[in-house]
Amino acid sequence: MTKDSITEEKKVINKIDLHAELNETGVEQVLFDLDKSLIGLDPVKTRIRETAALLLVEKAREKLGLAHETPTLHMSFSGNPGTGKTTVALRMAELLHKLGYVRKGHLVTVTRDDLVGQYIGHTAPKTKEVLKKAMGGVLFIDEAYYLYRPENERDYGQEAIEILLQVMENNRDDLVVILAGYKNRMNTFFESNPGFRSRIAHHIEFPDYTTPELLDIGSAMLDQLNYYFTKSAKNAFTEYINLRKKQPHFANARSIRNALDRVRLRQANRLFKQNDGPIDAEKLSTLEEVDIRESRVFSGGIDN
Amino acid sequence: MKLRQGTFSFLPDLTDAEIHTQVQYCIDNDWAVSVEYTDDPHPRNTYWEMWGHPMFDNPDAAAVVFELNECRKQFGDYYIRVIAFDSSHGWESIKLSFIVNRPKDEPGFHVSRDEVKGRSMRYSIKSYATDKPEGRRY
Repeated sequence: MTKDSITEEKKVINKIDLHAELNETGVEQVLFDLDKSLIGLDPVKTRIRETAALLLVEKAREKLGLAHETPTLHMSFSGNPGTGKTTVALRMAELLHKLGYVRKGHLVTVTRDDLVGQYIGHTAPKTKEVLKKAMGGVLFIDEAYYLYRPENERDYGQEAIEILLQVMENNRDDLVVILAGYKNRMNTFFESNPGFRSRIAHHIEFPDYTTPELLDIGSAMLDQLNYYFTKSAKNAFTEYINLRKKQPHFANARSIRNALDRVRLRQANRLFKQNDGPIDAEKLSTLEEVDIRESRVFSGGIDN
Repeated sequence: MKLRQGTFSFLPDLTDAEIHTQVQYCIDNDWAVSVEYTDDPHPRNTYWEMWGHPMFDNPDAAAVVFELNECRKQFGDYYIRVIAFDSSHGWESIKLSFIVNRPKDEPGFHVSRDEVKGRSMRYSIKSYATDKPEGRRY
């Protein structure tokens, strides 16, 4: 195709159907899956929808020849443990891939250990190696505030931060960086590293789950494993969640998963002890109230 | 004299975007891509210096272009090439190699003719650049 025919083609397009665009990219499917498979998290979903809309409009503007600039896509996810930050990051990578903002759409998850070296001259190659691996996809830095240790001025974390900032700025088309961590500590981190704050356009907060939401999450998890609660077990589990929430080290959905693992353990144990003849699939997949009531949480103990 | 070695060498120099596309093709074929440099353009100079490590685990070509630009910063007036090694059984060799950076001024080669026994001729070539010691050639 010659240059002339390209410009001619550009002139022909003067209207774009955003909804047709949306269908074409398959983004709608990702958003739908996100809505369906993630329980709660309404503010997060709204932000993701908004971001997707912005990116689509930006693409449409590009097609019509209007002024456009690749928007800064680096993000920060803040919220308590177990609120779905990593899961959403994975979806985000898929979404950005479908919208054509990252080429491969893979997610590379790292923590301080993967970026910061142990001796002088070790950090830069290590950080660069990780960044190169993440190019064409999304780099997810979990508990990003550990990179910055103000109490030790010779800490190599600062070096990693500098390289990170440089690549985030210069290779904006190549990778998207998502920083994640607890809210308060992220705020302190951003305050002491203003460079990061200004390079990140989207700050998304992950709220804690409510009890009914946690119950839904639990049921969804059991559904996947072909287990289900009896009615009384469900009530007992609601009580369990309410008690567990008040205890320290509560990690939202992760705590629920761990609790369910233990419930299944007790169920298996109960089935063995009962030992009354052959059992059917029904019995193997039913979780009873006793399986839950045996938990230490009900007697004031701590579950993890 | 423009050095014609490797694939694409009779085409105009590749742009970074074109290099990216070629490298992505190599990565998608599971070849290990590396960047190499030298200041000795002799065609029998097979093994060039490698820049960093072979890049096995980068799914996207942007990483290679990034390293290439790092290499250009330090060796901007050297020859730099990208090689793609195919480790699959029975091949185990370089599948693709192309020059991605060359010195501004390429003086070319001198052909020397030696008359040896029985008036037969022995030819050899030598780059004018290699008269100077390594590192000071271009």
